[in-house]
Amino acid sequence: MTPNTGTSSVIHREREPVRALPHNVTFNDLIRSNKRKSVLLMIGMSLLLVAVGAAVAAGLTVWGGGADGAGLMISVAVGAVVAAVVAVIASTWSLYGGSSAVLRIADAREIEKKDDPQLFNVVEELSIAAGTPMPKVYVMDDPGLNAFATGRDPEHGAVAITTGLRMALSRDELAGVMAHEISHIRNYDIRFAMLMATMVGMIVLASDAFWRIMFYGSITGHGRRSSRGGKDGGGAAQIIILVIALLLMIIAPTLAMIIRFAVSRQREFLADAGAVELTRYPQGLIGALEKLGGCKHPLQGGNRATAHMYIVNPLKNAVKRQGHERSSTFRTHPPLHDRIDRLRALIE
Amino acid sequence: MGPTLIVLIVLGVLAVLIIFWMIGMYNGIKRKQIGADQAWSDIDVQLKRRYNLIPNLVETVKGYASHERETLEGVIKARQQAIDASGGVAGQAQAENFLSGALRQLFALSESYPDLKANQNFGQLQEELASTENKIGFARQHYNRSAAQYNEAIALFPANMVAGMFNFKDMDYFELEDTAQREAPKVEF
Repeated sequence: MTPNTGTSSVIHREREPVRALPHNVTFNDLIRSNKRKSVLLMIGMSLLLVAVGAAVAAGLTVWGGGADGAGLMISVAVGAVVAAVVAVIASTWSLYGGSSAVLRIADAREIEKKDDPQLFNVVEELSIAAGTPMPKVYVMDDPGLNAFATGRDPEHGAVAITTGLRMALSRDELAGVMAHEISHIRNYDIRFAMLMATMVGMIVLASDAFWRIMFYGSITGHGRRSSRGGKDGGGAAQIIILVIALLLMIIAPTLAMIIRFAVSRQREFLADAGAVELTRYPQGLIGALEKLGGCKHPLQGGNRATAHMYIVNPLKNAVKRQGHERSSTFRTHPPLHDRIDRLRALIE
Repeated sequence: MGPTLIVLIVLGVLAVLIIFWMIGMYNGIKRKQIGADQAWSDIDVQLKRRYNLIPNLVETVKGYASHERETLEGVIKARQQAIDASGGVAGQAQAENFLSGALRQLFALSESYPDLKANQNFGQLQEELASTENKIGFARQHYNRSAAQYNEAIALFPANMVAGMFNFKDMDYFELEDTAQREAPKVEF
């Protein structure tokens, strides 16, 4: 069935058999597997963070003059604990302030039902389908085509759409896009992304600070004072520790980013699946994604920090790359044609 | 002290743990039941919303197409029938579908009356009613999903034992009895 170009034609299929790749996987399975993967990745990231904290402490201790075994252990432990504590504080802060910050950066203004009844109705309908409280609706005055969702949980959700995209979509396509955004909120993707971003940020900061201190230390002549104060054989072990710490500091930031982007792509696929679960009409989202693929201008309000939350990557170089075959590890979003193919596979 | 005391203590701790575990399962089931009940009343809310929109619509159409009495009266009658519907879930579903059909005919009228079609109030009502139809459908969808989750919760082991103890029964799905209705009418106004 083709979408109606008229006012409204949302089709309800109560129990349409919808299959995903591989066949006979249900939405619940997808959601469960995604949650599992996310937990694993979150654990991995946390371990990385703690390791970095420990490495910083160890590296600095050894570099700054060394210590014997017990002292090193203590400083490593302290480093790990400090890393964990700071992570918790930073995460809490970003979790509570993050959404409003994002909306401000994007220059979004909240609208009421009377400003755009159809948009409002669409969001309301999908909230009913999802069984979650209705998010606030924001609009961005921008001819570019994009939309995003924010909010640490469904009670504090918000969706935003550009005026450009709002005008370009039919009601069904609008429903597809909004369903995708509401799925993000429902899956707690935003909360997850905020936490990941905080941890990545901290890992990058820590490694950056570490290198600076080492650099500064070597320039001003600090650094390797004689560390033979303790046991003699401690020297070799300390060098090994230093090397490990250095290696960690080199790989950690890159590793963290790879993890984060992998998660981000995974969750985009899941939000697409969630959108279909809500609307039971993949054609809506497919139509919207096709229109999004054809758009040539980058979004005015988009920037690197918030790029991952938009429905398609809003940045200039990503917009140009939209059509490319290759799939880089640093893409926040899966390639559009991949997403469209997966959605088409659901129409069976 | 003696081994008997140790055994008793261990059994006591085990008993407490099991009780907490059972409380957890009971609460899980109860939460899903409440969720499904809420979803059910959401359907009701949307149905009533539709009833409330219709009088305004009828008046607007009368202003432009007053001689289309049959269609107009069809809608008014269908609305009343839906409000008075009996026969449980199946009876309600049937009456609601009948009302949808009557509304479809009314909106089809607007094709022959360009003035009516252009009327802003009519346009708004069209959007509102289309949206309400969608909401009814989505509310049903959500209810069925909630009911399925609840039914699954009371069926799976070991929670099904707790379910049996407290007499949790399966919930019915909001089915469409009639196979013709099952075609999920295309809501096209």
